Amino acid sequence: MNNPAPVSVPLEQVNIRRKPRARVAVIGVPNSGKSTLFNRLTGLRQTTGNFPGVTVERSLGVCQLEGTALELEDLPGIYCLSGHSTDERIAVDALLGRLPGEQRPDGLLVVIAATHLYQGLYLLEQLLELQTPTLVALTMTDAALAEGITIDTEALSERLGGVPVCSVATTLGQGVDALKAQLATLADLAPPELPASWPAFSRSAQEVADASDGQLARLDVIQGLLHPGDEEARRLASFADERDLEVRHRTLFGDQPPRAQEARERYTWSRETVQAVTERAPVVKRWGARLAAFINRPWPATALFFITLVLVFQAVFSWATPLMDAIDDATGALGAWTLAAVGDNAVGSFLADGVIAGVGSVIIFLPQILILFLFIIVLEDTGYLARAAFLMDRGMRKVGLSGLSVIPMLSSFACAVPSIMAARTIPDRKDRFATILASPFMTCSARLPVYALLIAAFVPASSVGWFNLQGLVLFGLYLLGILGGLMTALLIKKTALRGPKPLFSLALPEFRRPNLQTVLIKLWARVRVFLKRAGTIIFAVAVVVWALAYFPRMDVADFQPSTDSTLSEENQLAAAQLEQSYLGRAGKQIEPIFRPLGWDWKISSAVIAGFPAREVVVAIMGTLYAVGPEADEESLAGRLKAAAWPDGSPIFTLPMVLGLMVFYAWCLQCAATVAVIRRETNSWRWPVFAWTYMSVVAYLGALLVFQVGSRL
Amino acid sequence: MTLADLKPGIDAHITLVNSEAEGVLRLMVLGLVEGTPVRFRHAAIGGDPIEIEVMGASLSVRREQARQFTVEVDHE
Repeated sequence: MNNPAPVSVPLEQVNIRRKPRARVAVIGVPNSGKSTLFNRLTGLRQTTGNFPGVTVERSLGVCQLEGTALELEDLPGIYCLSGHSTDERIAVDALLGRLPGEQRPDGLLVVIAATHLYQGLYLLEQLLELQTPTLVALTMTDAALAEGITIDTEALSERLGGVPVCSVATTLGQGVDALKAQLATLADLAPPELPASWPAFSRSAQEVADASDGQLARLDVIQGLLHPGDEEARRLASFADERDLEVRHRTLFGDQPPRAQEARERYTWSRETVQAVTERAPVVKRWGARLAAFINRPWPATALFFITLVLVFQAVFSWATPLMDAIDDATGALGAWTLAAVGDNAVGSFLADGVIAGVGSVIIFLPQILILFLFIIVLEDTGYLARAAFLMDRGMRKVGLSGLSVIPMLSSFACAVPSIMAARTIPDRKDRFATILASPFMTCSARLPVYALLIAAFVPASSVGWFNLQGLVLFGLYLLGILGGLMTALLIKKTALRGPKPLFSLALPEFRRPNLQTVLIKLWARVRVFLKRAGTIIFAVAVVVWALAYFPRMDVADFQPSTDSTLSEENQLAAAQLEQSYLGRAGKQIEPIFRPLGWDWKISSAVIAGFPAREVVVAIMGTLYAVGPEADEESLAGRLKAAAWPDGSPIFTLPMVLGLMVFYAWCLQCAATVAVIRRETNSWRWPVFAWTYMSVVAYLGALLVFQVGSRL
Repeated sequence: MTLADLKPGIDAHITLVNSEAEGVLRLMVLGLVEGTPVRFRHAAIGGDPIEIEVMGASLSVRREQARQFTVEVDHE
């Protein structure tokens, strides 16, 4: 056809990206499938930023609907509107419109897991008091069905005074379209009826608000009644009649704490509602459910936990090798090609030795870091980390903490920065700070490059029983980190942060299959952070170190090659040049400080330069050993083995390497961690203390290992 | 009899909560109030904390707090 006729497309089939019309908060109890649903509704169009006034991360996303669009906000999970941890307070402040410069959301999407209807309804009843258009998404209906539970959504909606209830099987995507159709009209819905769970209270709050001549909103009255002694109660007392309030307190709460009475009233209603709308069919437990029940038992769960850890370390070494070799070959070839193309001058050396060798030596660890993050994200998503908190509560009590500290400390194996933020779920301030100080000791993924490099170079790949010796050494280094963290927690809880013994109560999620989309979104976010660091801070440090090692240039005419050296003339020249460079001169100045640890000036400079970001150390070793006398060796590991003192004895002896690894395990070489401790503790005192303390501990540890090791 | 004294697999329900004791309010907000059916699942290694099932959900509770909940075994 030469001349196609113009095609007309109905308007509703044109895919238009609309600007969001209203803001809807997505809220639910922890582990209700809230974030999975949020990801599904917003796709990959999400932005993360901070809540105004506080540096707590928030996730915003746009949900495109037929004819309209909504801005969705994923709030931290909460059980009630009176939480005490930082996370819970943020969610409550966002819901009540107490964040500076922000209004209350235009609508609420309340996510309730069909398997946890009892607790979901409690939160919902409190949210209905806000009198904001509300929609309920009933998630995990597939998981409930597997347990023989079906929920009559129409009957439930009726008991909620007409609040729409949409059932979705989030993992399968069933019901998402129906939910979207409801969402499109959410902002236009009338405010819901007052909750039926505690009518005397709802009525009383309204009466007080009405009597205050517009001075008090319903919400202010509710918060004031429920939280005696708080700011809200004082505000209430200043606008309402004292005698009237006293009578209301007595009739509503008796002699009980108001929130205890609220729990009694609303949970009694919730229990009756659950029983009325739920139908239970007897089910034969499937194989998967039996297995989940078995591994949830204390002994199998503990055993599985350690098996998983060992498996992770094995995987990090064996699975990643082919990819790492490929990256290594590629960067090597790229460096050689660059040097040949540009010529052996300042520019060529800058590109090949500075940029490619420096950044390449960090990028090579991407496969290992990917595997590590994948394991940790899957552990989080299956609900296994909460199980670990339950299993380890007793042990954590011995160091003055509770099981709640286990979750942030375990996720520190990936990166301490998000896990220090995750410590917000710990309500007690002292316990939270102790956890924050212990977390940087956990072996994060950025420590992996140096461990991997040193282990690959100096630990033989022989096997011990079923295990690979290299994997076992790595496991030992992880234990060393855990030991450092726990000892620190113990010390700090006995001294500066002495307090009452922490409480521990936690809802344990059932073991569930991880969601692929959630895992991939989280994994990609972590990989992006890693690549961004490689492209910015690591790149910058590598360039500066290269320049310091390259300049000033020596006059070649002054150079007298020694004839009795085994090294080629070219390499002798390179070594002499490096020693008289700015870096060489500075390195010699600081060498005496690290000499007791058995380090030469190259290692000492690399470690000093690694304080902004610890993975830089490998990059700098890559740069320093690429231009020195060891440059004849193919790989960095080979160059380290060849490095020698002037008398010819090797620098990298076993005690020195072990000491270096101990130093690296305990030192706080991460500007991002220092910054996040500053933010989370809101003072410079703690980050300065953490940095100084960890540096001293690391130095003494390395000193001890080297000095004792060398004398054996 | 309190929540801390239950044996595995026995159904019971809460009859009285000492809401003034430390850490109890937090558990009430998670759904442990008078009338709630409970079932002991298992204890962590060393016997503490314990895991209990409440209306299909699992809660981890330390024995110290569990003793503040009086329970009555259901006879059927």
